[in-house]
Amino acid sequence: MFLNQFLFLAAILFCIGVYGVLTRKNGVLVLMSIELILNAVNINLVAFGAFHQHLSGQVFALFVIAVAAAEVGVGLAIVLLIYRNRRSINVAEANILKG
Amino acid sequence: MFLLAAEEAAAHSWLYDNVWLIPALPAAAFVLILFFGKRLPNKGAEIGIAAIVTAFILAVLTTFTWIGDIADSGAHSEEAHSLVVDGGEAIPVDLTAEEGEVRGAPIINEVEWFGIGTDANRATLGTEANGHGEPAGGEGDTHADSDGHAEKSAFSISIGTWVDGQSVMMLFVVTFISLLVHIYSTDYVNGDRRYTHYFAFLSLFTASMLFMVLSSSTLQLIVGWELVGVCSFALIGHWWEDQANSDAALKAFLTNRVGDIGLLIGMTILYFAADQSFSIKTINEMAVAGDISKGTLQIAALCLMAAVMSKSGQFILHTWLPDAMAGPTPVSALIHAATMVVAGVYMIGRLYPVFFVGFGIAGGSINVMAFIGGLTCVGGGLLAFVQRDIKKVLAYSTVSQLGYMVLALGMGAYTAGMFHLFTHAFFKACLFLGAGSVSHACHHSFDMKADMGGLRKYMPTTFATFMIGTAALAGIPPLAGFWSKDEILVGAGVWPGTEGNGTYTIPFIFGMITAAMTAAYMTRAVWLTFFGDYRGHEEPHESGPRITVPLVILASMAVVVGFFNMPSGFVKALRLPEGWAHKFEDWVEPAGVATFVSKEANKFTHAKPSLSLAVVATALAVGAGFLVWNYYKRLYAMDPKATEYTNGMASRIPPLAAGHRVLENKYYLDHLYTGVIAGGTKGPLARAANWTNQNILDGLVNAVGSTSVVAGRFIYRFIDQGVVDGTVNASGSTASRLGQLLRGMQSGQVRQYATLMFGAATVLVAVFIFAV
Amino acid sequence: MDFLNSWGLTAMVFAPLVGAVVMMLIPERDEELHKMVALVASVVSFIIGALLLTNFDYGASGTMQFGVDRSWIDVINARYSIGLDGMSLPLIALTLLVTPLVIIYSWNHIPSPGNAKAFLMLILVLHTGMLGTFVARDLVLFFVFFEVVLLPMYFMIGVWGGEDRLYASIKFFLYTLFGSAFMLVSFLALYWLTGSETFNMVELAAQVQAEGLTRNQQALLFGGMFLGFGIKVPMFPFHTWLPDAHTQAPTQGSVILAAVLLKLGTYGFVRIALPILPEGAVVWAPWIGLLAVIGIIYGALGCLAQTDMKRLIAFSSVAHMGYVMLGIATLTDFGINAAIFGMVAHGLITGMLFFIAGSVKERYHTLEIKRLGGLLIQAPRMGWILGITSMASLGLPGLAGFWGEFPAILAAYNPNAGLNTTLFRVYMVVAAIGTVLAAAYLLWLLQRTAFGEPSEEFADDPNIHDTVFTEWVAWVPMLILIIVLGFVPGLIFDVTNEPVSLIGDVFENMSSDSALGTGG
Repeated sequence: MFLNQFLFLAAILFCIGVYGVLTRKNGVLVLMSIELILNAVNINLVAFGAFHQHLSGQVFALFVIAVAAAEVGVGLAIVLLIYRNRRSINVAEANILKG
Repeated sequence: MFLLAAEEAAAHSWLYDNVWLIPALPAAAFVLILFFGKRLPNKGAEIGIAAIVTAFILAVLTTFTWIGDIADSGAHSEEAHSLVVDGGEAIPVDLTAEEGEVRGAPIINEVEWFGIGTDANRATLGTEANGHGEPAGGEGDTHADSDGHAEKSAFSISIGTWVDGQSVMMLFVVTFISLLVHIYSTDYVNGDRRYTHYFAFLSLFTASMLFMVLSSSTLQLIVGWELVGVCSFALIGHWWEDQANSDAALKAFLTNRVGDIGLLIGMTILYFAADQSFSIKTINEMAVAGDISKGTLQIAALCLMAAVMSKSGQFILHTWLPDAMAGPTPVSALIHAATMVVAGVYMIGRLYPVFFVGFGIAGGSINVMAFIGGLTCVGGGLLAFVQRDIKKVLAYSTVSQLGYMVLALGMGAYTAGMFHLFTHAFFKACLFLGAGSVSHACHHSFDMKADMGGLRKYMPTTFATFMIGTAALAGIPPLAGFWSKDEILVGAGVWPGTEGNGTYTIPFIFGMITAAMTAAYMTRAVWLTFFGDYRGHEEPHESGPRITVPLVILASMAVVVGFFNMPSGFVKALRLPEGWAHKFEDWVEPAGVATFVSKEANKFTHAKPSLSLAVVATALAVGAGFLVWNYYKRLYAMDPKATEYTNGMASRIPPLAAGHRVLENKYYLDHLYTGVIAGGTKGPLARAANWTNQNILDGLVNAVGSTSVVAGRFIYRFIDQGVVDGTVNASGSTASRLGQLLRGMQSGQVRQYATLMFGAATVLVAVFIFAV
Repeated sequence: MDFLNSWGLTAMVFAPLVGAVVMMLIPERDEELHKMVALVASVVSFIIGALLLTNFDYGASGTMQFGVDRSWIDVINARYSIGLDGMSLPLIALTLLVTPLVIIYSWNHIPSPGNAKAFLMLILVLHTGMLGTFVARDLVLFFVFFEVVLLPMYFMIGVWGGEDRLYASIKFFLYTLFGSAFMLVSFLALYWLTGSETFNMVELAAQVQAEGLTRNQQALLFGGMFLGFGIKVPMFPFHTWLPDAHTQAPTQGSVILAAVLLKLGTYGFVRIALPILPEGAVVWAPWIGLLAVIGIIYGALGCLAQTDMKRLIAFSSVAHMGYVMLGIATLTDFGINAAIFGMVAHGLITGMLFFIAGSVKERYHTLEIKRLGGLLIQAPRMGWILGITSMASLGLPGLAGFWGEFPAILAAYNPNAGLNTTLFRVYMVVAAIGTVLAAAYLLWLLQRTAFGEPSEEFADDPNIHDTVFTEWVAWVPMLILIIVLGFVPGLIFDVTNEPVSLIGDVFENMSSDSALGTGG
């Protein structure tokens, strides 16, 4: 069974992504970490699709890639705007959602 | 429309039918004077005089018609009547036996006034049963009408005129004296600021009195009675700028109202007792026939007596009458001597059967009416001794003489009472107008002691007429008062051989005392006024013709009217025509009185005159007068200006002094009425009622109000604001506090959110893995 | 004729309301126009009323005439049912007469703080309410009209009143509303207990007979109505709102209050309470009689203690309405006839007295009796009018007041067979004593205000003048009626007698086993 290796890889990627999201202050790096998380998911999807001999896994993966692209687009736009407003892309400073 | 004797009296029926004109004329004059009087040259007096002259002429014509009718119809009755007087025995005269031939039966003209209430049985009574043709005293004829009128309909209350001897006599007296007073007043109140109003009210007064006199129903009688009272109020208070005058007016009116309680209740009782009828005829007939129980009649008579006491100045409600002298003197003459105050006496006469049966006058020895009358004539006479004011002497004398009339009626001496009313009207009016003339001369003073004396030299006409009036009042033969007073004393049935309706010993004694007293106090008044030296200032003068002419006329009436009712024995002794005897009795005594005979227990009899009694009574009067005369003569000898002994008996002997003080204070009745009763009602009682109202009743309402407010505040503050709203607020604030608590989590740090999310996801995963 | 028969009463009742609506559209500053419109509206109502009165079949005054019966609020079976009979006719006539006179009087007597528009509109609304109450034949309709009059009067006292107006107006409003609530409960209970299909008075009366409501039930229902009507009358001890309301109300308000409003209560008794609940009436009659005679004496004593002319007149109302209630309490034809006469007479006389009090106040700026005096010198005609009216008020025969008083006393001597005769005879004596007290306070008032010399304070006051034109116009009709009714009482008795005898029948049938005694 080679599924386990894929799952391990995906889990490691995921953890790296989460770590990046939670620790990086740079907005761009956070976005990149999110990409890592998404890709970990993609790996899982493809692996399970191959494992079950079913196309839906690949289809979902493609779908996630498309969404991720869009997400990065929006995310970068937000980061860009934050930068414009604050001259910084430090996410710790973007706290106007504070209640 | 109900003429019984229509055929007989056809020629005169116009007068009987239209007798209502007599009160209507002065009534119209009242309205005219009020609205146009001020614009006329004589300020309205001419209207009043024209009306009263016309009324007087009509009244005289009616009187003659009535006398004529009596003479025409009286042939056989006269015979029956003479039996009573001459036969020695008081034989009852049953005049009701011959239907349609009732001599002197009232002629009643009625129209429907208004309908009220319903009664199946009496649907037609208002129109038929009052018909003139009904036999007087027929038993139960009122019930006979219930011939199956199943349908209910309003039974009518009628207004009408009642012509009989008694009312015709009063028509004559009222219009006659009113006419003279009108003429007299044109001089006496000349220049008064309310001259016009004065004449307006004289007219209204005359109209009211005549209206009352002609009443055919008790309701109408009440209306007239009260109207007379209100006119009296207006005239007593004629000079109302002065509070003493308006006080006197108020007192007169209120005292009369007190008596009116009795009138209203008495008439109410009679109304129901007579099967719901106001008709005087029905009431009298039922009383005579015994259809009304004696107890009921007694209560009704007692109630009505209260009204008589107030209106006719009987003890103890007489106190308004002397005070009423605050009015102009002609008013005193007209109202408080000759006409209005006799309304009570007149009412007794009108409803005589009620009193006669109710008080059991036949065969009695004393009753409420005779007692009150007796008390009044003595009590009033005593008071006349201590007055300084000539008008007050006359006022108390009026009280006393009214007592005489009531006394007479109380003893069953109906004719004597009415005759005294008749004669008294003339000589008392003469005296009052004389007093007015004197005061006119003495610069409007009425004080005999301070401003009068010796006036006989200055005003001979007034003096002469006043003397005649005095002699008539004192009962000196052959003047008017002698005849009527004598009849009353005879009527007591005490003197041997008089045989009245009973044996009224105590009233008789009262009567004799009064006879003596009247002469005494009148002598005193005459002395103080006309004899001795003049004590006033400035020269007095005789009054003008408009004052003296009425005096002369009244004085001559005071001489003649007594002869209208001479006893037949006297007529025989003087060899006068037999028909001249007891004319007044023939003319005036109503059929209603004569019909008492229908009941044995209530037999009505005429007393027999007695020469010895006449002599004794006259001697008493003359003697008393002589005593007083002597007293003043001795006083004059001591000091020509004195009016009383400086140290007389009344101040030396304690019991006499005390008596004098009681008299000076008018038996303290005024203190009782004004101070205790009126003051108590107006003062503490009214204040208590008002206090109750403000503090208890209103306090209660306010307490309810303020308690509600307090309760409301409590509820608002504690329940509404505390509990109800508190709950709402608490939920709000809890949410808010929770929010505050949770707020800390909202750092705005995306990473923190993400951490939480991942943490939570991890926990969730752990749950899924391990728990599920 | 057709118009009159089907629309006459409605037109009469609502003409004033139409006037009020028209006035709403006119700007406030145009005062003369407002007065004109108000007068026209009330006169239109008067003319329609006069036409109705002339076409009224006096031979059948016991039957409902010009009746209208239409559906109104179907859900609760309330119908727009109105009609005129001999019992309501005199009161309608009184109302029709008094309101235009009040409006005429207002021509130059608009009380402070002015605003003729609102003032006159309120009078017109009142007018509709009062007329409506007297013609209503349906309990719900009656209740609505009965309450409609409350609000305008409340505002009239509260806005145009004297110094203590707020207290007086609230007291008036709450007190009467309190009673009305009980009345309404009684009405509804009546409806449910009888299982009636309608609120029509006549049918309810028939239903009560048919269903055989027990004496206790009737007494309870009557008690509710007693509170409602008794407070309005007002009967002792529910009278305390009256002196305050009268004293504080503007002249016009006092006049309407005295002339018409108080009669709504007594009218309610004779129109509703007595015929519908005869057994209840018999239970309550001794108490009503008791309260009536207490009111007579108590009101009179209250009068004697007053120092303010208006308050004195107000208290006299308590005494006079006592006679009316005594008449009603006897449950006899005579007594009820007297009561209706008494209502009209009291309306005219006391209304007149309030008019005079208002005019005195306008001239002297005070109504304190001890400061007044010499009215007959300064304003002789007004003094005369006061004299005549006082005499009428104290029940002098020959003037209207007597015919409300004496027959009531008379009736008390012989009350309905179901009642205790002795008790009522005691009442009669007490009521008769009341006539003396009435004379006492009225003559005292007359003496203090009209007689004597004017006090120094006012001796040369140029403000004090005799009666003016509008006063004459407003007063003369009332004075004439006071005198005419005094001599021709049949004008009212002949109209009321028949409908009243119908009520009398109810009681006679009820006690047919015990015949009326003839006294003794």
